[in-house]
Amino acid sequence: MVTAEAPGCPTELRTTRERSDVTRVLMLQLPLVVTAQVDLVLVLVSLLGLWTRLSHLSYPNAVVFDEVYYGPFVSLYMKRVFFIDDSGPPLGHMILALGAYLGGFDGNFVWNRIGAEYPCSVNVWSLRLLPALCGALCVPLAYLLTLELRFSHLSALGAALLLLLENSLIVQSRFMLLESVLIFFVLLAFFSYLRFHNAPSSSWLRYSWLLLCGASCGAAIGVKYMGVFSYLLLLGVASLHTWNMIGDQTVSHLSVCVQCVCRFVCLLVVPVLLYVFWFYVHLGILNRSGPHDQFMSSAFQAGLQGGLSRITQGQPLEVAFGSQVTLRSSTSQTIPCWLHSHKANYPIRYENGRGSSHQQQVTCYPFKDINNWWIVKNPGRQELVVGSPPQTVRHGDIIQLVHGMTSRYLNSHDVAAPMSPHHQEVSGYLDFNVSMAAQNLWRVDIANRAAESEVWKTIQSEVQLVHVNTSAVLKLSGMSLPDWGFHQLEVVAEKLFKARSSGWTVEEHRYGTSQEQEEREVELHSPTHIDVDRKISFWAKFLELQWKMLTVKQDDSEHKYSSSPSEWITMETNIAYWLHSSSNAQIHLIGNPVSWGVAILSLLAYQLLAAVYLLRRRRGFKDLPDGVWSQFVCLGCVCVGGWLVNFVPFLLMEKTLFLYHYLPALCYLYLLGPALLEHTHTHLLSSVTHRRALVVCASAVLFSAFLSYRTFCPLTYGSPELSANQLQKLKWKTTWDILYRRR
Amino acid sequence: MATQDRLTQWNSTGETPSLRNRKNFSSSEKTGVSEDKNCPPVPGDDTQSSNGTLAQSEARERVSNRESVAVESPSAAVLLMLVVGLSFSTRLYKITEPPHVCWDETHFGKMGSYYINRTFFFDVHPPLGKMLIGLAGYMTGYDGTFPFVKPGDKYEHHSYAGMRGFCAVLGSCLPIFAYLLVRDLSQSHIAALITATLLIFDTGCITISQYILLDPILMFFIMAAVLSMVKFNQLAHRPFTASWWLWLLLTGTNLAGAFGVKFVGLFVILLVGLNTVFDLWRLLGDLSLSLVDIVKHFLARVVGLILLPLFLYVTIFAVHFVVLNKSGQGDGFFSSAFQSRLIGNNLHNASMPEYLSYGSTITVKNLRIAGGYLHSHWHLYPEGVGARQQQVTAYLHKDYNNLWRVHRPADNESQSGTPDLVRHGDIIRLEHKETTRNLHSHLHEAPLTKKHFQVTGYGTNATGDRNDLWQVEVCGGRKGDLVKVLRSKVRFLHRVTGCVLYSSGKTLPKWGWEQGEVTCSPYLKETPSSQWNIEDHINPKLPNISLSVLKPHFLEILLESHIVMIRGNSGLKPKDNEMNSKPWHWPMNYQGLRFSGVNETEYRVYLLGNPVIWWMNLASLGLYLLMVTVASIALQRGFSLDQKRMEHSHLLMKGGGLLLLGWLLHYAPFYAMGRVLYYHHYFPAMLFSSMLTGITFDILLKSTELLLRPPYSDWLQRTGLIVLLFTFLYSFYLFHPLSYGMTGPLAHEPGSAMAGLKWMDSWEF
Repeated sequence: MVTAEAPGCPTELRTTRERSDVTRVLMLQLPLVVTAQVDLVLVLVSLLGLWTRLSHLSYPNAVVFDEVYYGPFVSLYMKRVFFIDDSGPPLGHMILALGAYLGGFDGNFVWNRIGAEYPCSVNVWSLRLLPALCGALCVPLAYLLTLELRFSHLSALGAALLLLLENSLIVQSRFMLLESVLIFFVLLAFFSYLRFHNAPSSSWLRYSWLLLCGASCGAAIGVKYMGVFSYLLLLGVASLHTWNMIGDQTVSHLSVCVQCVCRFVCLLVVPVLLYVFWFYVHLGILNRSGPHDQFMSSAFQAGLQGGLSRITQGQPLEVAFGSQVTLRSSTSQTIPCWLHSHKANYPIRYENGRGSSHQQQVTCYPFKDINNWWIVKNPGRQELVVGSPPQTVRHGDIIQLVHGMTSRYLNSHDVAAPMSPHHQEVSGYLDFNVSMAAQNLWRVDIANRAAESEVWKTIQSEVQLVHVNTSAVLKLSGMSLPDWGFHQLEVVAEKLFKARSSGWTVEEHRYGTSQEQEEREVELHSPTHIDVDRKISFWAKFLELQWKMLTVKQDDSEHKYSSSPSEWITMETNIAYWLHSSSNAQIHLIGNPVSWGVAILSLLAYQLLAAVYLLRRRRGFKDLPDGVWSQFVCLGCVCVGGWLVNFVPFLLMEKTLFLYHYLPALCYLYLLGPALLEHTHTHLLSSVTHRRALVVCASAVLFSAFLSYRTFCPLTYGSPELSANQLQKLKWKTTWDILYRRR
Repeated sequence: MATQDRLTQWNSTGETPSLRNRKNFSSSEKTGVSEDKNCPPVPGDDTQSSNGTLAQSEARERVSNRESVAVESPSAAVLLMLVVGLSFSTRLYKITEPPHVCWDETHFGKMGSYYINRTFFFDVHPPLGKMLIGLAGYMTGYDGTFPFVKPGDKYEHHSYAGMRGFCAVLGSCLPIFAYLLVRDLSQSHIAALITATLLIFDTGCITISQYILLDPILMFFIMAAVLSMVKFNQLAHRPFTASWWLWLLLTGTNLAGAFGVKFVGLFVILLVGLNTVFDLWRLLGDLSLSLVDIVKHFLARVVGLILLPLFLYVTIFAVHFVVLNKSGQGDGFFSSAFQSRLIGNNLHNASMPEYLSYGSTITVKNLRIAGGYLHSHWHLYPEGVGARQQQVTAYLHKDYNNLWRVHRPADNESQSGTPDLVRHGDIIRLEHKETTRNLHSHLHEAPLTKKHFQVTGYGTNATGDRNDLWQVEVCGGRKGDLVKVLRSKVRFLHRVTGCVLYSSGKTLPKWGWEQGEVTCSPYLKETPSSQWNIEDHINPKLPNISLSVLKPHFLEILLESHIVMIRGNSGLKPKDNEMNSKPWHWPMNYQGLRFSGVNETEYRVYLLGNPVIWWMNLASLGLYLLMVTVASIALQRGFSLDQKRMEHSHLLMKGGGLLLLGWLLHYAPFYAMGRVLYYHHYFPAMLFSSMLTGITFDILLKSTELLLRPPYSDWLQRTGLIVLLFTFLYSFYLFHPLSYGMTGPLAHEPGSAMAGLKWMDSWEF
């Protein structure tokens, strides 16, 4: 891959390398010669990377840490069952699922606890293969990236070795986890961007590198939202370069425009399109209903096989007077619920002494139930059946809603609601002869009539039910009722002028045919029927799914191994990934303490050096020639910038965080260290003795990194088993949690 | 308009030698204003002055003074007077209406009263704003007796107009400051006039200035700080002169003021800080300055912008602590030592049995700042949260549920005679006095801190099990040491699991009444979270001894009160069922705040910006970005622009950039805030946005020259300006009832004063 040799490349390296370069096909010149040059060092580090990441991949043959989290999604992919996961976009899950698919996994495994043994039918090796491959490829990528930052092969080798010998990266790569995939794409994006940037501006081939860069950005964001941080940094660097290009007055206006457009397309349009494409594939694969259906709107669910679509398939589309319906609240609550009533009244007095109407409770109930059925009645007529032809309900029509099982009318009046006293109570009307007239007329207000139609349609129409007497709107208050209301959700009516997002959609629907109460009960118990087909577009599905993923509430409870970002820098924390069910063999996410220290030292050194350089340059002392200075700045932008954007945001987050969130940031520092050493070597040290001392120091550090890698290997690979004493010795920091089995 | 023509002409000619001949302006005006209202140099000017000889630069200064006189010509003064007059009259009009407590007056008026009564209280904001309110009330004859219980309470005979008037006067300064600021930044009266009009006729700015609130005070200091900073920047070519020092110190003073009112003042500190960093960077690059000069510059800014504000800020707190010397509601938030300062607190000159003994009733307070008292109540942990036993929490308020009894492991009945004293290493049982349950822990996960164990109340009538036993340890003590009330730091080690009683500082969800979590930590490191002291100690069988608690150092009090405030601020979490305001609502004026009145019969005041003005601001943000992009690309590409366009581009990038930065700094951080947010948080940012609008529209109007030839372009400019100003005025006429009060039917009904003006459904008037 490497075309020209850097002039400063040390001689001892030259001997170890053979000539490089891929494919130069001389067109139509005989003899036809293909010269291929191969960088042997690159090949060597790649092989080492593969060896460290892939050897004994199927050990331990048990669920390790977050495999228990990602595994169920893989199973669901195999079964093509719809799910929603708020932890990240679908590409990462799909990559894991691809591995499973290639290994012939059928999705029949219960991922219920960490440490559960895989049965022999599960091909563990293939489940873990793709993340491990990505992790292994990070090593040569680090090598290439350092070269593209215009540092020597020796620095590149250093960076690759630091990455190679990092225990935490190895652990994170070897299981069904996504960080290694993310890091791979991020490094690839930066490598291809720099490749593009460094290529001579005349060649058009370089735009293929830019395209690759855009694609890997899209992939990085598709794996985890965290990829956005690196993407933004890359955009920043790219726009800086573009800005300089705009200022270059030797380039023609036309050329500037064309280049700007190319960069815009490759770096903005392509990632966005790819990101949407992941969802397209995701939704294409998952076409069966499943456990997470209820988070989605009725229209979305109707597009899935089984589930709601099985029930609603063949329902009449347009609601008519006499229709039997279930009304689902379409507010963006995470729990779905249906308008519900049951044979129980509001208590005469609440705990706080306030009085109620003592009429029948109306609530919102989060489960399917026979008591969720309501009948749309025409106030002018007595019949509860659909006439022929059916008289459809339109926007603005006045209706009454009759509860199917108890025949009570949906009613509201100027009585304070049980939990939210500033709203009106909603009840099933009971006449106690206490001069409380029934106020049971409701106006149908179709909120999305502009997009859909004036006619009330099942699933598609979102209606507001406006109380005619008080112009209050039926809505969920968001509170749940106490014991007397069976902890169901409170339904209230709120004055129109401040009501928001209080829509209801008809989910199940059929035309009523029975006038008598008993017949009707039988009818309500029977399953629904008839036939219409409805679909929503991909974009509507995509937007809904994306919105749900971003808004689904996570429970932010602390985890036993969660940690705060400030603990990561000095690695005060570790995570126990797996413990053998009978012995002391265990796997931990623990970094290599030596390289970890090197990383943070190089960060500090760079900042110090940069501050000194900047101040001196400002005062007119140019210590570095312009070329070297720009190389130094570029190094800082990519590496220090990369560390900052991948670390600082976590300080502001209130999520549950783990040590592995720090790994992308750490990788940038591993690129920084060797490059900085080289900078020091060539530009800061003038005497030969100092330079030699530096080389010796660097090799010593590298060697000790190797030693500490060896030391922690048992905790990285889970074998060999260590005795309690040996484990005690590995506890280099008191804050680490290393497990001992009590004998 | 004649003035403006002359001005634009003057602007366009710039630094031509002909100006030096204009010596005939009246000298009386010159002496009046020339010192402060100095005209800023045109870009590139400062290097000239630093390179030129001393005599030359002095001559130039004289010229520039004269230029500033040109700015301060009579009609400009009239314009300024007009702005002042309008600003004060709009803010002070109907200042006493409505004569009842509106919205947050219930808090800040109450706290003002506390200063007059010298009662200690706890609030999440620093004290300056409330001190000023209290002072204003005191000076205008308010005696601090009105209780300010809830919004809607009638003031009746209490004198409240003084406090409102004080806030309104500070609020009236905002348009004036904005006028001066924009004029100094842009050298254009038109831009300044547009800005001032925007702010004077914004109903939101009027409403928020008219009540006893912290916001007008805060915004006053913010604007004053930015104004002084801009003035200071303009004196860059005359460093270390008296006026240079004056503006530097004024900037520092106002920063301290802003931060002393609310922590939001931090954003303006950031703005000034960034500006100073750029300024120093520029000085560093000026090779004609020696290093000594640069160090002098640096030290001057350290003194003016760091040391002075810090000193003032600390002084504010010192006054706060000196004034408030009586015990009040907020005592429980603070440590025992702090409370002993307050007259009327039971720890002030406390007298109680000196050593902890068996059979005593005690309260136990965590040593972490704002750690709370060990507390329990009749409620159980909900299902799924550890064992379903009685909750034990940390509670910040004084309460009878904080009382615990000390027992030996075995017996319940206290023996007759002098009770035995508790010693280091003793095993005890703590019984909750109200519920008679024992403090208990076991191997279940704690509700929030999963690495710790749950602490519960267990057993009835004080019979429990082995898990109720705790070992008392005095920190730094030896076996047999006595436990001193108030002064000993005590740890409670759980006998069975070996963990230590711990207050994690996390807030329990609703089921725990949002009190603090108490856990049993297996990590035995000594931290304040695991240390407790005995605060109240009641034992009738022991003689009471007067105890003088170690009086805390001033800096300790300062630190403690800050930590308590920060805790309090982050504790203001939005409730699940409350509709809360989102930052993206604000610039689009999505929803206001009800200051007073809900229904038709009441006198209603609704805090909502004038929608025309706010939407104009929003549009001009976009316009500004567009214009600055075009301008900077043109400059970067090296297009040859004429003199005027160059000036406009630089003004857009420098002056506009500063204002945009101000807007961003006062707006963007709210997106990252976890606490509950309100619409009025946007007002400081809105000031910056309005100033930016002034500059943007001014340059847009001036750019009509690109389209039309001179006479027509001038006409277009004037018509544009007049149309703009009349739009603002007319929209103010439409929406003024929002600020000055409405009665009668609501807006969606016919016959209302606001009929047809409810342009967004989310507005609640």
